[in-house]
Amino acid sequence: MLVLRKFARDTSGMVGLVIVLTAVVVAVLAPRLAPHPLDAYESHPLRRLQAPSDASPFGTDNLGRDVLSRVILGTRAALSIALLVVAGAMLIGVPLGLVAGYYRGWMPEVIMRVTDVFLAVPQLILALALAQLLGPSLRNAMLALTLTYWPFFTRIVFAETRRIRVSVFVEALEGLNAGAGRVMFAHILPNAAPPIIVRATIGMGFTILSAAVLGFLGMGATPPDPEWGLAIAESRQYLPEAWWFATFPGLAIFLVVFGFNLLGDGLRDVVDPRLRRSR
Amino acid sequence: MLRFVLRRVLLVLPVLFGLLVLTFVLVRVVPNDPSAALAGQNATPQQIAEIRAKYGFDQPLIVQFGIYLRQVAQADLGTSIQSGRPVARDILQRLPATLELTFAALFLGAGLGVPLGVLAAVRHNTWLDHALRFFTVGGVAIASFWFAIMLQLLFSMQLDLLPLRGRLGTAMAPPAQWTGLLLLDSLLAWRLDAFVDAVRHLALPAVTLSLGAMATITRFTRSGVLETLEKEYVLYEIAAGYPRWLLVAVYVLRNSVVATITQIGLLFGALLAGAVVVESIYDWPGIGSYAVAAIFTSDYKAILAVTLLVGVVYSIVNILVDLIHGLVDRRVAAEL
Repeated sequence: MLVLRKFARDTSGMVGLVIVLTAVVVAVLAPRLAPHPLDAYESHPLRRLQAPSDASPFGTDNLGRDVLSRVILGTRAALSIALLVVAGAMLIGVPLGLVAGYYRGWMPEVIMRVTDVFLAVPQLILALALAQLLGPSLRNAMLALTLTYWPFFTRIVFAETRRIRVSVFVEALEGLNAGAGRVMFAHILPNAAPPIIVRATIGMGFTILSAAVLGFLGMGATPPDPEWGLAIAESRQYLPEAWWFATFPGLAIFLVVFGFNLLGDGLRDVVDPRLRRSR
Repeated sequence: MLRFVLRRVLLVLPVLFGLLVLTFVLVRVVPNDPSAALAGQNATPQQIAEIRAKYGFDQPLIVQFGIYLRQVAQADLGTSIQSGRPVARDILQRLPATLELTFAALFLGAGLGVPLGVLAAVRHNTWLDHALRFFTVGGVAIASFWFAIMLQLLFSMQLDLLPLRGRLGTAMAPPAQWTGLLLLDSLLAWRLDAFVDAVRHLALPAVTLSLGAMATITRFTRSGVLETLEKEYVLYEIAAGYPRWLLVAVYVLRNSVVATITQIGLLFGALLAGAVVVESIYDWPGIGSYAVAAIFTSDYKAILAVTLLVGVVYSIVNILVDLIHGLVDRRVAAEL
């Protein structure tokens, strides 16, 4: 509760939380909130490339679809992609980090060296290479992002586990003959949770950006899916006339990622006093 | 010190070896049958078998890995499908353009980020600090491809101030090539017209690429300076009557930049990844646009070569950062 009160006093963290919650609500209610929910897949050639007006505040795109509706519908795509990728990366990365941190000997060495190799190439480049080799599709793009994001979790969990492993309570548990799996998952993991949550929050924003890049390069969502990166790619040939077509999806990306980053920073300040922004 | 350097270099060897294994696995294992892919769509089974034998795909994986290692050691990265030329030559030819862009972005990012960070720390908790905080969190939240398009829209299409794409205008004869870095070459050949043109072409891509780096550098400089300002020796120096600007610019900054230097090294990787996107939008003839073109043509040898190269460059930069770190702060070297 102390933690919650501390977080509530952090203005920028709260702003982040509000943005993220709003995005979640928009994503969940997308088909109800969008003025033209059918514009996800329908086209209206007679209304194409119309400037923002009362009827469509964000204008219409090259197929006459309402840009506002597609931005709203795209929130759902962005959040669900990011959620699945981050969850998948945690599912791989966290157990590996626990095992590497808990045991001694060759196994941790191997796990951490493999982690180093993955971290030696910028994530986006590795994900692009992997997505290309797997074949361009949304599912493969998500798989590629997951397979390149887990090392970030492994590294954090490894460091935390190494730190917690030498605590007296772990020694006591071992003295009581608690199994390794139980010590790792039931006792060490909850103590290592805060940095994992912070990383996952920032990872959400990061993944939304990476997924948008993949969509923009044609390696993620495929037309006519309402995805922000893809929409920006489609808008390019109608510039500079149809500026609204490119502008609003990009603003949506910015706003949501900004929210996750503010929230992540706020959480980090609360859970890790050492890394405080020192105000 | 020598021991520190050697140790640091040795530590990276397993990573480089792992990188080779990783790219090998990506080439040989992920695509179902590389020989079928190489032979084309209408190949007969016999042709596929010939190709399989020719490239050693019928050998055990470990032998294939040996062949791969030998090829990499000889800088033989295969032939590019899109250009029909050796991938290594393509990359070598395009590398200077990418280096020019990334260094320009790094220069911009550090050149503006460090002063902004100092400013935020000195004016801590004022409206200026809050505004800069918005900038540091927002700067890393902008999709670079979108930012690039917005800059093009404003400065090239609407205002017609800066060129839309490329490294040099089509009417401009390139200066004699020495380094491949156009800014340097045009100065060496004393071609001021080409220099100005190159700067005008570089401006938008460099600004796009530097945004995230600038935000990160500002942030780390701010927290570094804030931390140092709380030290007791600073209190002493204030009491001793040192002018505040001198104190901050010389004593505090020097003791705060260590974290920033580390961050700049880490940022180099982000810059290389960002270059992939930024180059393809501005048609910048570097490694990044090469990689994107390779993606569109399924030129997997080119893609893997770029991955390998970026991994190697990134590892080397990280060693350099550690070495600089060790030079600036001898305690780091003593620890390792």
